[in-house]
Amino acid sequence: MSDPKKETMDQGRRRFLGAGAAAAATIAPGVTLMQVASAKPDDQPVSDKNRWGLLIDTTKCASGCDACVQACNEEFNLQPQHGPRTDPHWIRKVEVRDTATGRTFSLPMMCQHCENPPCADVCPTGASFRRDDGIVLVDRHICIGCRYCMMACPYKARSFVHEEIPEEDKNVNAPRGKGCVEACTLCVHRVDKGRQPACVEACNGDGHKAMIFGDLKDPGSEISRELKKYPSTQIRADLRLNPGVFYKGI
Amino acid sequence: MKYAQFLLACITVALLGSATAFAAAPVPHIPEPEGAEKCVEPEDVMRRQHFEFIKHQRDETMRRGIRTSKYSFKECINCHVVKDEAGRAVSIEDDRHFCNACHSYAAVTVDCFQCHKSTPAEPKMGSLEQPERSLAGLIERLETVSGARR
Repeated sequence: MSDPKKETMDQGRRRFLGAGAAAAATIAPGVTLMQVASAKPDDQPVSDKNRWGLLIDTTKCASGCDACVQACNEEFNLQPQHGPRTDPHWIRKVEVRDTATGRTFSLPMMCQHCENPPCADVCPTGASFRRDDGIVLVDRHICIGCRYCMMACPYKARSFVHEEIPEEDKNVNAPRGKGCVEACTLCVHRVDKGRQPACVEACNGDGHKAMIFGDLKDPGSEISRELKKYPSTQIRADLRLNPGVFYKGI
Repeated sequence: MKYAQFLLACITVALLGSATAFAAAPVPHIPEPEGAEKCVEPEDVMRRQHFEFIKHQRDETMRRGIRTSKYSFKECINCHVVKDEAGRAVSIEDDRHFCNACHSYAAVTVDCFQCHKSTPAEPKMGSLEQPERSLAGLIERLETVSGARR
């Protein structure tokens, strides 16, 4: 049971064995942790042995701070120009006020990288899809810009590129062009190299440490340990989309 | 004898004519790559099939996260860079761009650069792309940058 190779070969059997498999998962963490700590080899495909997620502590997220948004804009050369209706918003800060108690707090909102993404369900071309490791992406090569996914997303996470991107603003990590829908990629180009998303790095760099990035399937990862220890919420959990982004203190 | 002379004259004229025709034909001038001695595949294979390689790699990278550099579009751009008089890489809008050499000759539109950058990425000091967070990495990066400028 503790042979990790055997587990990958027969996921169905593993699920069937239930309790026994859980025991194996607790034996395995040391092994899994090593895999996550080092970057995936370039020639290996991503696998469903990982699920990348975020944990956002809204009690640490400072109102008025937009370091994560700035970092995202810089990472992807997003140029806010004409206001919130047409500007790209891969990540945005939302100020929330509880009308009953008057308590206010702020949180970053981005693609929630759902396990059952409605954007992918409605996409007529298959451009919206979920990678095996849980990252939801738009394949711009086949996106026709119909924007069904923007309608379907309950988190308003996606935006549309309305104008041509000038040559000097083009980005090698996330090529973007007029007529396609786009959203947070969870910095997939960084994750594949074993690095953290730009927003998380910026939040930590600013000393707020409100965001934790990690593998939800690895019981030894910081994010999994935090989720196990403290209460957290998925936004609109009632929709049963199982987002990969968790929030604390909301 | 006269017939033979006439024939010789005819052949000479024909040869000269064809020679001038050859000289006048617009042959695409393909710029030499900068980065490596050899392309990832032999030239004749690349001429016919380069897009199949790029497209296959595109799906592998997009869908499965395979980021090998052999057929990577980024690497094509990095290696086949063409510089202008000032030493700056020319973009696809310039006739001298590597892709334009054949594509404008064959009148085949390249759509790639509606989204993709047609010049190599300039190293940004702000976004820490490579492991230059350490001092050694930073010095190494600075050296490569200054080397490239020279």
